[in-house]
Amino acid sequence: MIAKFKGTYGSGIQALTYAGQNYMIVDRSLIPEILQVLRNEERFDYCVDITAVHYPKREQQFDVIWILYSFGSNERIRVTTQIIDGEILPSSVSIWATANWLEREVYDMFGIKFDGHPDLKRILLPDGWKGHPLRKDYSILQQDNEWVQINLGIASGQ
Amino acid sequence: MTDPNTLSHLDLEAPEKPFLDANELVINMGPQHPATHGVLRVILRLDGEKVLGLECVIGYLHRGVEKIGEHRTYTMFNPYVDRMDYVAAVSNGLGYCETVEKLLSVEAPPRAQYVRVILTELNRIASHQLWLGTHALDIGAITPLFYTFRDREEILKIYEKYCGARLTTHAFRIGGLQYETYAGFEKDVKNFLDFFRPKIDEYEELLTTNRIWLERTKNVGSISAEDCIALGVTGPVLRASGVKWDLRKAQPYANYKNFDFDIPIGQNGDTYDRYLVRIAEMRQSVRVVEQAVGSIPEGAVMAKVPKVIKPAVGEVYHSIEAPKGELGYFIVSDGSTQPYRVRVRPPSFVNLQALDLMCRGQLVADVIAVIGTLDIVLGEVDR
Repeated sequence: MIAKFKGTYGSGIQALTYAGQNYMIVDRSLIPEILQVLRNEERFDYCVDITAVHYPKREQQFDVIWILYSFGSNERIRVTTQIIDGEILPSSVSIWATANWLEREVYDMFGIKFDGHPDLKRILLPDGWKGHPLRKDYSILQQDNEWVQINLGIASGQ
Repeated sequence: MTDPNTLSHLDLEAPEKPFLDANELVINMGPQHPATHGVLRVILRLDGEKVLGLECVIGYLHRGVEKIGEHRTYTMFNPYVDRMDYVAAVSNGLGYCETVEKLLSVEAPPRAQYVRVILTELNRIASHQLWLGTHALDIGAITPLFYTFRDREEILKIYEKYCGARLTTHAFRIGGLQYETYAGFEKDVKNFLDFFRPKIDEYEELLTTNRIWLERTKNVGSISAEDCIALGVTGPVLRASGVKWDLRKAQPYANYKNFDFDIPIGQNGDTYDRYLVRIAEMRQSVRVVEQAVGSIPEGAVMAKVPKVIKPAVGEVYHSIEAPKGELGYFIVSDGSTQPYRVRVRPPSFVNLQALDLMCRGQLVADVIAVIGTLDIVLGEVDR
């Protein structure tokens, strides 16, 4: 399968293995095409997870990762792409319905927006919260004091 | 007679303008509710008593566990994972410890694997017992709650004797176990199994052919296998829709390969099938524990793991079959003593997405039944 992809997409895909697990680093330009191909042709019908990692010192600060599983071939694969801060990714809701809440959580925690998502709003944090906690520049003790003061009536959550 | 166009907003004298639009009613099933299994808020759109659609608002129990993971060492983070799915804490610990062991490329010694399987399967039984008690209680059957909680006490006693805690056990360590099994562990487990086998029959006697139970759970909250797969639903919900898939068989972890057990599946994917699947899973767990407890090998319980855990740079995703579904951990290591990113893939979070689809066209009372049958734990949904 990797050979087929390399033939079609050439240098846009890097196929790697670590600790016995296969994963691909793909160019941003190949999303969503590679995801559609994985779903429709390679039958990776179960999207296990969509998540992100923040590397502030890198130029392309965010790693967005799709973890996919195929029931037919009992195979799990990770697709990683790297984006800069503020870049918008196409939503995978049309490919896997489960992406709905998973992408909402990535947006909530990292601020990465997904284009074409039916309802992109915060999911774990309250609606008016400012800031995206899982970014590395959000301190562990930081809270949105303004929200806390308006909604909870106390000076600070600490 | 006053001009109707200048009437107050109450419009009491202009009957042609409806006061309440009786077609659609939006009701809030607030975060404080006895049957939502935690702080879950569901906004229901109703037509009379029929549900047209619903929206879940979650996050009331969000504690920032993933952020905390970035500021604790690998061993320090271990107790935090118990608190996510606090009902099945041992499974959470197993998933986390195995993921870090994968990062370190160590494997727990055989004796530790056997004890891990025993404790995890007992945890599956305990989690399903709690599920059965609370689910039946929500639907209106009060008796199973007392039966299941009374029997669950025996498992919690074993945990307490083993590691000191009943619920958030912190039972496993990276590389194996910290504590050797106490004297009498095998005897206690065997006694529990003999005690428990007739109990499952007792639960079934109360509910399986009970006419009220059948009325309340048959054809309620049906979901097809395709919808389950598209929505990423796993665990007993997926198996009740007919997909014979269990991570313990598909991608075995610990030493589940050594044990002989079946994967129960259902046909219709309704609440009744999910009930039958979980009861059958309890029986299969008893089988696994029986096989394991009779053949625990001698040996060390802890592998050779450095005192300061510093995995090499890399990322690993590992998942286990928790009682609720596929529980996955994605850990990114940057070579230091603290993980760079800990992502927990919670089964309850993904399963809860299916609530909207499962409740369309059902009655309000069925929403309660479906929330119960999904077996969600808000600690895991929100982390």
